[in-house]
Amino acid sequence: MSYDPLAMDATRIPSRPSPAPRPFFRTPISESVPVKIVLITLGVAFLGAMIFLPLAAVFFEAFRRGAEPFFAALVEPDALASIRLTLFVAAISVPANLVFGLVASWAIAKFEFKGKSFLITLIDLPFSVSPVISGLVYILLFGSYGFIGPWLISHGYQIVFAVPGIVLATIFVTFPFVARQLIPLMEQQGKVDEEAALSLGATGLQTFFRVTLPNIKWALLYGVLLCNARAMGEFGAVSVVSGHIRGKTNTMPLHVEILYNEYNFVAAFAVASLLAFLALFTLVLKSLLEWRYSGEIAATGRSH
Amino acid sequence: MNTMSVSALTARLLPRPSPTVLPGFGLTMGLTLAWLSLIILIPLAGVFVWSAGLGWEEFSRLAFDPRTTAALKLSFGAALIAAAVNVVFGALVAWVLVRYNFPGKRLFDAAIDLPFALPTAVAGLAFTALYAPNGWIGSWLVPLGVKVAYTPTGIVVALIFIGLPFVVRSVQPVLSDLDKELEEAAATLGATRLQTVRKVVLPVLIPSLLTGFALAFARGVGEYGSIIFIAGNIPYVSEIAPLLIVIRLEEFNYPGATAIAAIMLVISFALLLLINLLQSWNRRRTGIAA
Repeated sequence: MSYDPLAMDATRIPSRPSPAPRPFFRTPISESVPVKIVLITLGVAFLGAMIFLPLAAVFFEAFRRGAEPFFAALVEPDALASIRLTLFVAAISVPANLVFGLVASWAIAKFEFKGKSFLITLIDLPFSVSPVISGLVYILLFGSYGFIGPWLISHGYQIVFAVPGIVLATIFVTFPFVARQLIPLMEQQGKVDEEAALSLGATGLQTFFRVTLPNIKWALLYGVLLCNARAMGEFGAVSVVSGHIRGKTNTMPLHVEILYNEYNFVAAFAVASLLAFLALFTLVLKSLLEWRYSGEIAATGRSH
Repeated sequence: MNTMSVSALTARLLPRPSPTVLPGFGLTMGLTLAWLSLIILIPLAGVFVWSAGLGWEEFSRLAFDPRTTAALKLSFGAALIAAAVNVVFGALVAWVLVRYNFPGKRLFDAAIDLPFALPTAVAGLAFTALYAPNGWIGSWLVPLGVKVAYTPTGIVVALIFIGLPFVVRSVQPVLSDLDKELEEAAATLGATRLQTVRKVVLPVLIPSLLTGFALAFARGVGEYGSIIFIAGNIPYVSEIAPLLIVIRLEEFNYPGATAIAAIMLVISFALLLLINLLQSWNRRRTGIAA
């Protein structure tokens, strides 16, 4: 046999015994099928144990003794009062943050000024503050030993351990949701549309309501959705400033805690399942918005 | 304060914006600053004013008493472990969701955000139901000698749940934007798949992994609702710092509560700064704001 390197290579490669023939769907930049299966199994098992199992547990425990105790726990007067209070608090704090989000993102996204990124960081602050501290700050202000609490209380205004404190603490923890959704998007959209409207004779308000708002409506809805979920579900901050008075200053999450501490597990899980349902509803709407309007929600990729 | 004086005030306090025909800068900026100050900045500053009023000796006595130190160590330690676990599993989940197709993928992708949407108290209740000695998982683990509920392990489990979306959502966009040609180049140069992943893919992901880690850690340190049900809340053992603040407040021990809050706030602000630096690093590396 003559020494011909090419011929030798040609014969050697197919006869090399060790690597099994590659599956036809494996490319050099993907993993082999067993590796894929192992990774997918690991990931799915992790999500199953950490996300789906707890969710299932809430609904299962709520219906442990059947449907009757479940509904009884929801229509009981203290539960109804907590549902009303939760809706009331959200009905104030969500619009407050919606208006603030629109105002702040107009100032921040449509104009250039020094210290812009610092201002955005300040708006994001509540995300990095423990919920408990978000409640504490209002006690230090409005509590009976606080800065202006004694004066307010002597004039008949009870802020903390009452509904106003719950509203304030909820506004605090949900403060960034709308603004941080709108600012990057409005920065990316620029101000050409608005300038065109103004040059055609529209007033500032007309420009905002007919040009800017339609451009950001889906992102606004997205931000409001997340803001609302947090507002209705907030526990730590509200727990600190609430007086824990049944039927008066208990929101749904606080009502859940009280029921649980009284070993009334079915009722606790029944109210909790209502909150879990709200979370699922929020997730479904959020996913729909992301699939349908992804480009109109976030400026760069997905953001939270 | 009426709107005219707010506009006039901001016009004097802030540098003028670069020229534009758009109206409303003074008004909107004034309202933004006023609302931000009233709701966030002044109340937060109150914590530091209160702490300063205590004097250094009193403050350090309150802040470094053994029970407080133990609670702070537990909050930071548990958050650190949970964030580390989340980096590993978060990267795995992000990889699986971006690179592979399997039935129910969209459902799993949407479910990642459940910890953001689910009220923390509900999560706490759910984990207690699962891991209590008579719970779904607990009844299997306890005979094996593994106690999760009412121990620091339970705290870590709750914090893994809370932190997971931060890591996955930081890594996911970077991974799906990653140029396949880089990996093809590595493969044509003879790298094995493992080498390519380790030396080409991983370095690109590191800033986003660190961002996710820091976000999950920062969130975990302050977490309250999902922990208190499962922790057992035994002083020196499973009592987290936010809970100790609540306990001090219930004792009307405002100085004690404020001292712990001040320490936590300072560390949170340092973390926030770090996260901002990491995110701008990530942006420079990949062009994606995670």
